[in-house]
Amino acid sequence: MCLAFPAEVLKIDGAIAKVERNGVERDVSLMLLPDTKVGDFVLVHAGFAMEKVTKSDADITEALLAEMCGGERTVNL
Amino acid sequence: MNNQELLREIDRLAKEINEPVRIMEVCGTHTVSIFRLGIRQLLPKNVELVSGPGCPVCVTDDVYMDKAIAYANRDDTIIATFGDMLKVPGSKSSLSEAKAMGADIRVVYSPLDTIAIAKENPDKKAIFLAVGFETTAPTAAALAKSAKDNGIKNLFLLSTEKLVPPVLRLLLEDDAVKVDGFLLPGHVCVITGVEPFKFVAEDYQKPAVVSGFEANEILRGIFLILEMKRTGNIRVLNAYKNVVTEKGNETAKNLVGEVYDTVDASWRGMGIVKKSGLRLNENFAELDIERALKIDIKPAPKKTACRCPDVLKGIITPKDCPLFNKVCSPEKPEGPCMVSVEGVCAAYYKYGRNSFDF
Amino acid sequence: MNVITLADGAGGSASAALMKDIIFPYLGNDILAELHDGAKLNVNGKIAFTTDSYVVDPRFFPGGSIGTLAVSGTVNDLLMTGSAPKYLSAGVILEEGFPIDELKLILDDIQKAAKEAGVIFATGDTKVVPKGKVDGIFINTAGIGNIIYGIDISPKNVKPKQKIIISGYIGDHGATVLAKRHDIKTALKSDAAPLTSLAKKMFNATQHIAVLRDPTRGGVAAVLNEIAKAADVGIVIDEAKLPIRKEVKALSDMLGFDPLNLANEGKLIAFIDESEAKRLLDVMRSDELGKNAEIIGETVQKSKGKVGLKTELGAIRLVEMPQGEIVPRIC
Repeated sequence: MCLAFPAEVLKIDGAIAKVERNGVERDVSLMLLPDTKVGDFVLVHAGFAMEKVTKSDADITEALLAEMCGGERTVNL
Repeated sequence: MNNQELLREIDRLAKEINEPVRIMEVCGTHTVSIFRLGIRQLLPKNVELVSGPGCPVCVTDDVYMDKAIAYANRDDTIIATFGDMLKVPGSKSSLSEAKAMGADIRVVYSPLDTIAIAKENPDKKAIFLAVGFETTAPTAAALAKSAKDNGIKNLFLLSTEKLVPPVLRLLLEDDAVKVDGFLLPGHVCVITGVEPFKFVAEDYQKPAVVSGFEANEILRGIFLILEMKRTGNIRVLNAYKNVVTEKGNETAKNLVGEVYDTVDASWRGMGIVKKSGLRLNENFAELDIERALKIDIKPAPKKTACRCPDVLKGIITPKDCPLFNKVCSPEKPEGPCMVSVEGVCAAYYKYGRNSFDF
Repeated sequence: MNVITLADGAGGSASAALMKDIIFPYLGNDILAELHDGAKLNVNGKIAFTTDSYVVDPRFFPGGSIGTLAVSGTVNDLLMTGSAPKYLSAGVILEEGFPIDELKLILDDIQKAAKEAGVIFATGDTKVVPKGKVDGIFINTAGIGNIIYGIDISPKNVKPKQKIIISGYIGDHGATVLAKRHDIKTALKSDAAPLTSLAKKMFNATQHIAVLRDPTRGGVAAVLNEIAKAADVGIVIDEAKLPIRKEVKALSDMLGFDPLNLANEGKLIAFIDESEAKRLLDVMRSDELGKNAEIIGETVQKSKGKVGLKTELGAIRLVEMPQGEIVPRIC
């Protein structure tokens, strides 16, 4: 029930968006993500856009280790 | 950190912790990803990954399947379902068998596909089998709302959606439970946000990581759980920040609240779990096929000797369950541990303790 | 008259007209022209004989149709036995009301594929059944060909330390058909094609091919599992070496299936001794149908009867026999 994939929004027609990933195009519903814009990357599940995919360049593991404040860091990179 | 670095760190932490660590993943998609990447083969001996009751399809009980099959066998119905449901066993049969015998059962990719089926067949009842966790429930809610707003009178839902936090509580309530940490279902959390899972650390002092499904993300989750265990700094961490936020998707949550009530639900092999299921509320009652068209299936779940809950809690191994390989097998499964292709018992059955050595 | 009627299958003048005016222009030849109950053929020595039935839905898909498959499927099966396909038969069952224009398109595809494969139709039969008794058109083709001298294809030739070569991209046909069925737009095309030119080059290059198989229904996963069991060896393939188009991978991710389980209708898998593998690979790549060939794995002594896949993490996990119909998952 978690099968989902990221895709780029190419076109929006009312509550339906045409999304594309690696040459494969699909129509998805925007009922759960009404503020979607063309050019957004969205996570798609069961024919619906679920959430916007935000990009991050930061090393997530590093950031989370820092977040666990109070514990010593065991990893030195 | 790249995959090799994470694997090295996991090794190092496991040695330092120097006792068995049992990490549960609570999502069918995690189960499949872990299998397909071969992660278990690469983990140190004292770190064990266990599949939790995380596949909403596998925890769907006989009673629901029998109802679905009974509706399917009527001449005036068309069943719309996700592909996963076809092989789930009822007490006597399955949807795929019913299909082979002529029932009109159609696989859909999106719940909204049911609308076209209803419109094209005005003299039949189009019934969507609404299964899933919090990830999928909003999509069925959207279907219900669409159907109601557009006045589609021959579209119905047979609901059995379930919620993850209550079943985690059930597992954790048992003092004997041997689960040391959780890989939390990334896509459930896209909808719910991280908040509903904070109790895992706050009430039960178990580390948990909201994790994505790529190799790097899963390894990262395992690494962070081990690190938290080592330091004693127990929390619920969000390691899937590019799609998961603290509060989740408010639109989706509101839609579910508008359409559904939370009710007690029966989980295959586990019995009733309080407030763990969804049912169409009064405003959407006319879309509930059970209220519109009564069928004669006994509602009480049968008492079973299935010991899935104890297998999941790590209290016993599959071999110790009295049903394992005698009454319960992948062809005739009793509990979710065997229904799921990569569930604890199914995997044990297929591969033994140490599967294969290439 | 623009649709097939029951009279067309009744054996009388309508049947004769169907044969003469519709079928013969596409499949006609001297042997078929005899219009006798059976064909009399000259075949010397050992022959290979195979049959297959074609019921695919949708009947037309990017890259081909049921007609293409009806020829390439049977021709390829003959090639996989180490024989040179020569004659085919065709048994066609049509549904009353089937559009003649559609039949002509299918016959055209059959004719094209037969020409490419170098085979002719020696005999055939057409029946028409009442509406609803068959889904449009079902085709059975059987084929014979002479076993090529010196070539011995059999799973019993498969031993440990052999290399496994795939002739090109995996899953194109299966993915194309699934995309069409689920209304998903892609530029994918079926790879349906007779492999005659490729196989000829391979047989000319070496007599030491242990076994050949075309991974149709059930895909690469089914074929490797069958051979591992039949030959009692283990097989390990490397995920990094599998040629898979990004569209096939994306579609598989979307719908929740594995490219290794998807059908291929214009590909073959060859097992050959390590010492000859590179040479065979080069020969395959010199043919249009094998230009994307890759060595994807090898046979091993351990884990007999099992197939393992080396993942991106370097672990080896099992590749199981695919179970049942491929349907989209959400889980």
